[in-house]
Amino acid sequence: MDLITILLGGLASGMVLFIVSVGLSVTMGLMGFVNLAHGGFAMLGGYVIALSMQHWGLPFGWALLLGFIAIAALSVVLERLFYSRLYRAGELDQVLFTIGLVFVMTASVTLGIGPTSQSVVLPDWLKGQTDLGFIQYRTYSLALIAAGSLLVLALWLGFERTRFGARIRAAVDNRRMASSLGVDVGRLFTVTFAIGSGLAAVGGGLGAEILGLDPNYPLRYLVYFLIVVSVGGLGRVTGVFFAALLIGVLDFVLKIYFPKGGTIFIYALTLMLLLARPQGLFGKKGS
Amino acid sequence: MASFTAAEQLARRHRFQWWETLPWIAALAAFFAFPNYLAFGTQVLITILFALSVDLVLGYAGIVTLGHAAFFGAGAYTVGMLASHFGWTEPLSGLLAAALVAGAVGLVSGLVLLRTTGLTLLMLTLCTMTLLEQAANMGAAWTGGFDGIPGLSFGKILGLFSFDVLYFRSQYLYVLTVLLICFLIARTLIYSSFGQSLTGVRENLLRMHAVGAPVRARLVIAYAISAALAGVAGGLFTQATGFVNLAVLGLERAAGVLIVLILGGYGRLYGAFVGAVAYMVLEHFLAKAYPTAWQLGIGIVLVVVALYARNGILGLAETLRGKRRQRSAS
Repeated sequence: MDLITILLGGLASGMVLFIVSVGLSVTMGLMGFVNLAHGGFAMLGGYVIALSMQHWGLPFGWALLLGFIAIAALSVVLERLFYSRLYRAGELDQVLFTIGLVFVMTASVTLGIGPTSQSVVLPDWLKGQTDLGFIQYRTYSLALIAAGSLLVLALWLGFERTRFGARIRAAVDNRRMASSLGVDVGRLFTVTFAIGSGLAAVGGGLGAEILGLDPNYPLRYLVYFLIVVSVGGLGRVTGVFFAALLIGVLDFVLKIYFPKGGTIFIYALTLMLLLARPQGLFGKKGS
Repeated sequence: MASFTAAEQLARRHRFQWWETLPWIAALAAFFAFPNYLAFGTQVLITILFALSVDLVLGYAGIVTLGHAAFFGAGAYTVGMLASHFGWTEPLSGLLAAALVAGAVGLVSGLVLLRTTGLTLLMLTLCTMTLLEQAANMGAAWTGGFDGIPGLSFGKILGLFSFDVLYFRSQYLYVLTVLLICFLIARTLIYSSFGQSLTGVRENLLRMHAVGAPVRARLVIAYAISAALAGVAGGLFTQATGFVNLAVLGLERAAGVLIVLILGGYGRLYGAFVGAVAYMVLEHFLAKAYPTAWQLGIGIVLVVVALYARNGILGLAETLRGKRRQRSAS
C-alpha cells in the first residue's frame, strides 16, 4: 500500500476517535471527573442510530441527529441524578461508579437487543470510491475526514469565539477562580456533558464501520479513548484532535506493518509521554 | 483504665482480636464441608490474596491504580515460564521467584510512576499493564502468546504433598497456608510505624511532607511489597490451575479485583476476605444461570455502592453497629 492510502485510512479512524473522545476531554478537564462510561454513550448512540435506520427506515443524517439528541438527553438525566453526587468524591468512587454504569449499559444492550454486533447501513452516496484526481479512495473514509475536520473547526470556533467557550476555557484552567467570578460551573458542566455525550453517540454511529458496534464496545475501546484524552491534554479540543489523528494513524500503520502486537508502541509512547508531560501534549501545566 | 499511654493504646488496638480467627476457621470448615467445591474455593483464596495486595496500596497508601493485574500476571507468567522452559516445578521456590519478579516490576514501575497522581497515575498504571499484556502477546516463544502456556504440572509441595488434579485438596490447603503467611506479613506491616506513615500519606499528604516523612520512598516501597504479594497470588493461580494465559494481565482482572475490594470495604484488611467471598460466590452461582442479568446486577450494585455505601460491606456493618450502640446508650 502506498503512503497516501495508509495515511487516509489512519486519518479516518483518527477522526472517529476524535468525535468520540472530545466530549470526554472537555468534561474531564472541567470537573476532573474520571468518566469511564463515556464509551458506553458512544455505544448506546451507535445502537440508536443503527436500529432507527433498520426498523424505522430513518435516513442516515436524521438517524445521527436522533442519536445525538437521545444520548444527550439520557446523559443529562444521568448527570443530574448520579454524576453530580460524585464530583467531590475521590477518583476511586468515580471509577467504581462509571465501571458499574458500563456494566449496566453492556448488560442492558445484551438483554434487550442481543449480543451480536450491529451494522450501520450506509446510504448509497457514501458507498463506493471517489476519484480525488491523484488517487481513488473510499468515499466514506473521505466523508469521515471531512466531517471530523468540520467538527473540529466548529468546536474551535465555539471555544475560542463565543462567550460560552470562554467560560469553559476559564473553568478548565481554574475552576475556583471561574466560579468566584460568577461562572456557574455546574450548569456549564451539564451542558458540555450533554454535548460531549451526544457527540460520542454520533461518533459511535459514524465509527461503527471502523470500530464495530457490539455490547463490549465500551470496555474494548476504553483504553484508547483515555489515551487520546490524556495525550491531547484535558479540556483541549485541538489537543484531542491532534492526539486522535496521531493515534489513529499510528494504530493504522502499526496494524499493517506489525499485525501482531504492534500496538505495544502506542502504549509505550503514551507511557513515556505522560511521564515527561503529565498534562499531555497540549495541556497546560498544573491544570 | 484511663491512664493508658498513646503507645499502649496503639498496641492494644493492634493486638489480635478473637474474631480475627473466624475467617480461618471458616476457610477450614469450608474445606471439610464442601469437598466438591475446593477448586472454586482455591480461586476464592487466590482472589483474597490479590485483593489484599491491592488493599495495601489502595486502602492504606491511597494509591488509586487500575493496573494491579500487571503484577498478578508477572507472577503468574514467572511461575509458568520457569516450569515450562526450565523445568523448575518446585512450588515454593517458584512462588518466591514470582514474588521477586513481580516485586522488581513493582519497584521499577513504582519509582517511575509514583511521581504522578490522580488521573495521570491511573492512566500510567493502566498503560503499564497493557504494555505487559502486549509484551506477553508478542513474545509467543516464551509466553505462548495468545494461547498462553497450558498443561503445566508442578512438583510436590515440600517434597511431600502432590497437587491433586481432581479434588484440589492439597491445592486448597497450600493456598490457604500461603495466604495466612502473606496476611500476617501484611497485617504486621500495616500496624508497624511504616504502615502508620502510609495512612498518614493517604490522609494528609501535605502534612506528611511538612513533618519530613520520606513520602515517595514510603509509597514506592509499599507499592513494591504490594506488587510482590500480587505476584505470589499470580504464581498460586498458575500452580493451582496448571495454565497461564493473557487473561491474568487483562483490564477485567484489574477492575475485578478493585470491585472485590471495594465491595468488601477497602482500608480494613478483612475487606478483601468479605468482598472476595461475596462477589465470587454470587458470580459462581448466578453468572452461570444468568450471565447477562448477573452483569446487570453487579453493575447496579457497583453504582449503589459508589453512591451510598462507599466503605463496602464491612463499612456498612460498622455503621449499623455504631447506630445500635448509640441507641442502646441513649
